[in-house]
Amino acid sequence: MREVSTLLIKEKIKKMFIEMNHELGNDVEAFLNKTREIEESPIGREVLENLLDNLAIAKEKQIPICQDTGMAVVFLQIGQEVALTDMFIEEAVNQGVREAYQEGYLRKSVVKEPLERVNTKDNTPAVIHYEIVPGNRIKISAMAKGFGSENMGKIKMLNPSDGKEGIVKFVVDTVSDAGPNPCPPVIVGVGVGGTMEKAAILSKKALLRPLGERNPNQTYGEIEKDILGRINASGIGPQGFGGSCTAMAVHMEYYPTHIAGLPVAVNINCHVARHRESVI
Amino acid sequence: MEKIILDTPLTEKRAVNLKCGDMVLISGTLYTARDAAHLRMIDNIRQKKTLPFELKDSIIYYAGPTPERPGNISGSFGPTTSSRMDKMTLPLLDQGLRGMIGKGLRSPEVIEGIKRNKAVYFAAIGGAGAMISNSIKGIEIIAYDDLGTEAVRKLSVKDFPVVVAIDTFGECIYDSGRNKYKKEF
Ligand code: SF4
Repeated sequence: MREVSTLLIKEKIKKMFIEMNHELGNDVEAFLNKTREIEESPIGREVLENLLDNLAIAKEKQIPICQDTGMAVVFLQIGQEVALTDMFIEEAVNQGVREAYQEGYLRKSVVKEPLERVNTKDNTPAVIHYEIVPGNRIKISAMAKGFGSENMGKIKMLNPSDGKEGIVKFVVDTVSDAGPNPCPPVIVGVGVGGTMEKAAILSKKALLRPLGERNPNQTYGEIEKDILGRINASGIGPQGFGGSCTAMAVHMEYYPTHIAGLPVAVNINCHVARHRESVI
Repeated sequence: MEKIILDTPLTEKRAVNLKCGDMVLISGTLYTARDAAHLRMIDNIRQKKTLPFELKDSIIYYAGPTPERPGNISGSFGPTTSSRMDKMTLPLLDQGLRGMIGKGLRSPEVIEGIKRNKAVYFAAIGGAGAMISNSIKGIEIIAYDDLGTEAVRKLSVKDFPVVVAIDTFGECIYDSGRNKYKKEF
């Protein structure tokens, strides 16, 4: 067994959340740079310029890229040969989030209970997904998820006979109905198969993929391309002001499912696609 | 693209000159209010109590900032999704509210209210809160302090960048923009 202190995990989580709220991955910046040249609408080009300016200002002045600094979502892949020591793992993750949001001047957007809605004042708890994997390492994937885009997600239990066309239509309609609300250009995460909750988790996981990387399965890779083309033909454009760039990428993940079902979940991320990975 | 310079208060005369799609730089005063502050204001109106600020010809900004770092005037301060305020917007428009800044779609009822009251709905860029903070020159919490990021703030702004999303005639950029660039696939 390899011993790993959860205090180390806490520190990593803290650092990741502060960093991702001030600096995106190079993939998004490169995309915006490329697209501002080819976006058809003048106002759309101006928006993309502004988004690039915003990224530069955020990084330089250490002001969060967006004021909605998100709810913390953490995927933990824990090797079977790891023995966790010190704090309880869930507390360690939440403590990392707490310190990041308090010390990093991030907005606290989490309420304790969905109806009374009293703010927890430290952005905890995080939504944590655990997975046990072979080996003796721990992979942390962390994401600050804004709710303008989260609120536009949908899930539908399709019939197997709805097939590829059914999936394409549901995803395209979901993004089209969302229009300007999720702050386009967006990334569209799609989970297909499994059960209802499995599809939803896959759709979230799909957002962690490097921007625009295709699913290695050719069928799914082709569907991603098809959906992306249709979304960008919708005319929604940057911020929904009209234009040719509505989505930056479509990422699909799939899982075996039941003979009677075809679950499809769509999770939309805005252009402020904040995530980080770390391996211990 | 060319920018229109606009000073507050947003009088009817100034409002009717703004057209859907115009890029505008606002200077003057804005008031922030999100979901929770709207609920309280609607309650105040119902109970005929005074509101935290004079609504006539004012502009409400749907936004809740990040806490500012020591020495900074403002944290990240971009717009939130406006549609959550739709159900609470008409009573404010009917009291003279002239402008709203947010992001995203509005309901048909709000669009009707905008036309009826010759008001304007502006869109600020969602996810550009760091850039937007540059145009905020002063922040003062004037009501509902207990709401934290949702408290009502009085902002003094200089060249605050927005786009006219719905003008006084009810023309909406989210429809016209999409139709203009829509393609067959
Ligand atoms: S959807 Fe994303 S970019 Fe838009 S306000 Fe929310 S976090 Fe910010």
